[in-house]
Amino acid sequence: MTVYSLVRELKPDADVFIVNGFPVSGETELAEEDSCWLIRRGEMPAAEEMERLLYARHTPGVHDRIKKSSVGIMGLGGLGSMVAFALARIGVGHLLLVDFDVVDPSNLNRQNYFVDQVGMRKTAALRANLNRVNPYLQIETIDTVLTEQSISTIFAKVDVLAECFDSAEMKAAALRCALTVLKGKPFVGASGVAGFGDNNLILTSKIRTGVYLVGDRETAARPGEGLMAPRVGIAAHHQANQILRLLLNVA
Amino acid sequence: MRMNIICNGKEMAVVEGTTLEELILELQLNPATVVAECDGRIVLRDEYSQVTLSQGAVLELIRFVGGG
Repeated sequence: MTVYSLVRELKPDADVFIVNGFPVSGETELAEEDSCWLIRRGEMPAAEEMERLLYARHTPGVHDRIKKSSVGIMGLGGLGSMVAFALARIGVGHLLLVDFDVVDPSNLNRQNYFVDQVGMRKTAALRANLNRVNPYLQIETIDTVLTEQSISTIFAKVDVLAECFDSAEMKAAALRCALTVLKGKPFVGASGVAGFGDNNLILTSKIRTGVYLVGDRETAARPGEGLMAPRVGIAAHHQANQILRLLLNVA
Repeated sequence: MRMNIICNGKEMAVVEGTTLEELILELQLNPATVVAECDGRIVLRDEYSQVTLSQGAVLELIRFVGGG
């Protein structure tokens, strides 16, 4: 049986065919146990459909874990907003997003916000944006200035912590927290992401069991060496992939 | 009198009685942006000026830079 014959039978207006997680042509022959998804371009997927697409893309074992996972993101700037997007796209089931700030025009060179969101709370703006990627995720937001003390209570229940602060002081505070009060909780932080230096100086380093730092560890944001989407994005996606590896127990 | 400590894997001579805070400042770092482990224990931020380094102390300093 080909995909086309299935289309004629089940969903004649379908024009995108996914078999076992990959897009295929209509002539593709189907085999026993194949998982097949028929999509009409432009049609809004229901929760179950979205879910099954992610299952098919990621393979069921992997997606089950991702879906049940929770990740806490400290700081929703260039790193945090991009980490959140990457995790939402793969369907991480629970996201806890914390920031105190509002979207500023100077954020738009790297952060996942839009010009019509200037002045909005980052928590509310990011929630709205992630809902446009996948409306079926559980997103919790807290609008507060985090401190070394409050990190340990606010993030006590998440599976993995993402440190995405701008301030070097808070980056240090978050790591100290992860190595003391929250000891044992997987942690992925970042330091040294400014400018447009060599891509490959951005590294993911394991500093303790379950504790990772991303970045070149040297390049601070300063006048003449600002934060820009490409390099901050490289670091954010290092963080997101390391978080995924921790969730899947391969790190 | 000077004594030797090990900081991030390297031997270093410091004046006896040097505190963790003083050492971090001597290295031209801002103590607020450094996570410090002394002899296997993470030092809390408000203890930096109270921890006096002893001969042979093994220190691990993790420095952070801003931007994100």
